[in-house]
Amino acid sequence: MAEERSVSIEVVYRGIFQKTLAQRICRSVVLAARKRGHTGTAFARYGDSPERNGVPAKQFAVVAADELELEASMAKYEPSVVDVSIAVDDTLVKGVESWAWYGRQPIWKPVRANGWLLVTSDKKPDEVLAQTDKAERPYTLGIVPGGASFAGLWVYKDDHTDFRVLGALAKILPQWIALDDAKAASLELAKGDQSAVASVQYGYDATTMRRVKDGEGTSGHEVLQFKKPGWTKMRPGVIVEARKPGERNPYYKKYGARTMRPVVNFDTCIKCTMCWLDCPDECFEVTPEGHYEVVYEACIGCGICAQVCPVKDCIVMVDELKFTDNKDKWQLWKTDHSKYNSWFEDMSGVSADPKKGASGSVPPNANPAANAATNPGADPAANPTTSAGGDE
Amino acid sequence: MAVEVKTKETNEIETEQLATGCEAIAEAIRLADVDVMAAYPIRPYDGVMQAAAKLIANGKMDVEYIVADGEHSQFEIVKHACAVGARVFVGSSGVGWFYAFEAIAVTAGLRLPVVAICGNRALDDPGAFGTEHNDSLAVRDLGWLLPWAETAQEALDLALMAWRVAEDKRVSLPVAIGLDGAFLTHSQHIVKIPTQAAVDRFLPKFDLGDRLLHPDNPITIAPQVDQDWLMEIRRQNDAAMRNALGVIREAHADFKRIFGRGGESPFLDEYMTDDAEVVVIGQGTLSLPMKVAIRRLRKERGLKIGLVRLKWFRPFPTEEVVKSLRRFKAVGVIDRDYSFGSPYYGGVLYNEIRSALYSQEKRPVIVGFIAGLGGREIEQPMATEIFEKTMAAGKGDLAAGDTCHWIGVRE
Ligand code: SF4
Ligand code: SF4
Repeated sequence: MAEERSVSIEVVYRGIFQKTLAQRICRSVVLAARKRGHTGTAFARYGDSPERNGVPAKQFAVVAADELELEASMAKYEPSVVDVSIAVDDTLVKGVESWAWYGRQPIWKPVRANGWLLVTSDKKPDEVLAQTDKAERPYTLGIVPGGASFAGLWVYKDDHTDFRVLGALAKILPQWIALDDAKAASLELAKGDQSAVASVQYGYDATTMRRVKDGEGTSGHEVLQFKKPGWTKMRPGVIVEARKPGERNPYYKKYGARTMRPVVNFDTCIKCTMCWLDCPDECFEVTPEGHYEVVYEACIGCGICAQVCPVKDCIVMVDELKFTDNKDKWQLWKTDHSKYNSWFEDMSGVSADPKKGASGSVPPNANPAANAATNPGADPAANPTTSAGGDE
Repeated sequence: MAVEVKTKETNEIETEQLATGCEAIAEAIRLADVDVMAAYPIRPYDGVMQAAAKLIANGKMDVEYIVADGEHSQFEIVKHACAVGARVFVGSSGVGWFYAFEAIAVTAGLRLPVVAICGNRALDDPGAFGTEHNDSLAVRDLGWLLPWAETAQEALDLALMAWRVAEDKRVSLPVAIGLDGAFLTHSQHIVKIPTQAAVDRFLPKFDLGDRLLHPDNPITIAPQVDQDWLMEIRRQNDAAMRNALGVIREAHADFKRIFGRGGESPFLDEYMTDDAEVVVIGQGTLSLPMKVAIRRLRKERGLKIGLVRLKWFRPFPTEEVVKSLRRFKAVGVIDRDYSFGSPYYGGVLYNEIRSALYSQEKRPVIVGFIAGLGGREIEQPMATEIFEKTMAAGKGDLAAGDTCHWIGVRE
């Protein structure tokens, strides 16, 4: 590769839940690169603030050979092209929808040709790729082993995702981040905890790479792009159309905030209306026979419906990456009960027939929003894997 | 407060009354059929409150009169009332105006045609009641239209103009009429009060059109936006402010046609400028002592001097100002305001006038004067000094020119 004078890295993360994580990754990149005499900057996309729970947001690290080069790469403050994009939750590969009118963007959108997309995931590269928009230029998909690290607003789940990612970066960008520098930086960041060094090495060794060719990936995701109007086209007086009753916002759909989605067992539903009442985003529509079906286009996956539903396993939260579309499922139930029920069982892992007995409704690795909702003042000390967030 | 004295019937379009500037404004509120007005006492704005309250108590006016818990609420009340289609009136003075500042800023941003008066008053500290223009001028960059009145008559006339211009869909911006505290707000003069029928011919009903906040017209106003939207919104407001110049011209022509008043130009009032070599320019009531000085100095010393009074500060009538002032050898700008640390340590108007004339090949020498702050009177010796310094500058006296002088300040 021709000698490069700067490198740009973005971290795509779930707003609030992973803010501190993203910040730590970007800072560690600059601090590690600094050990070789490079300089750099780390910053968040200003338009993402104030962040919304789970809504995709971005932070950046730009590293350069010297100050002049850094200035040159900062001439466009928010990089529109990056060398590496890092998604710290694998459900983000379904697309990035910021709260501020960006539409839905493919996860690889800013990645330059032959750049990298690093995803922290427990899944195989092909499973992740299957949910990533069809590539328009080749890139390398790297899977950094590990589940998504979620925490609340004031806490930070210190599971070394940041160090594993730094190890992976040392592997793909050795000219900027040497493995030894990454280890030294991690040791400083972890205040001398040697396990950080092991995590860097693990990220370096265990990250699996897969070349992605043009055209690989799915074409199943919705295209959601808007042209921003000019001043002569906008309504004066800072006015936007309000949604009519029953109408949903076509410009901001929010399903990109979802890491899990609710699936409903209509057969066991007692039509108590609790889900319909408590859903913060008014996602439930009443079916002709009085059930409540989820409009997946609008659901943010907060998990509240599953928590308030009084019937065991009637609403089950399921990993978002298992679904390829946002289509409504009640139609299937209406036309073919048994087909629907086997779909329900397949997705949720619980029996559709309560008499057969089933496992717990909300999986152990529950949705972060649900956790945040029930456990707002989480005491960091109560959880050994959770420490106070923020920069040290 | 003046006892209401109806002096005489003039013709079918008006009657006469002895009224203060504040009472004249209250008459305008009545004639404009304002729906909602908000009040919170501060001198000299409270003069309008009292006059309007009296009209309501006497059964002469029907307006929702809301006494707010402070100036910020006052401006928020009318902003919201305006958004749902009410014709509104509000006002304040001095630091009260500043207490409302956040609401004042958003009103212009939202393009809501609120009509206000700013009864000009010195900003605290020290607490003082006398007139200074810094309260009004603080909003000069935000998208408020800022006319200044010279007399109680002009206050009434400008108020009627204000609703018409503000509510015009090409403008849709708020207006704050500057009224000099005491000199204008609290002194009584003969004021011609137009008849309702004549006003109705001049001022159409308020119609926000498709911007009306109403259940039948579901819209969201004042959303939070991302950095990608602001510039377009600012550019819209810029266009509205540019439109305002033309709309003021139209309104002025109609006003003259219906009421026979308003002077030649909507923007400038020129006094004895035809043969003048040197003029002074300023806003509001300071024209009175200056006019007297012009007559006296012309008679006693044969000086060719005159006055240009600026009626609208925003939108700034650049074309008219340039066309007028470039005829003269020297121009003295009288600021009843200050802008500490500004270029040449001048006032706000001084630097605007200089800026307007910069591109002219032939331009007058411009001298700045800070005078009459805190309601201090501009007495005849001061007026003489102002003209003498301006004339000296016109003759090339460098000590007098390109600089600013404090007039009548104790050393
Ligand atoms: S997960 Fe949350 S947003 Fe989605 S349907 Fe349930 S309550 Fe509504
Ligand atoms: S809360 Fe559960 S039982 Fe009640 S209506 Fe919703 S799905 Fe049915």
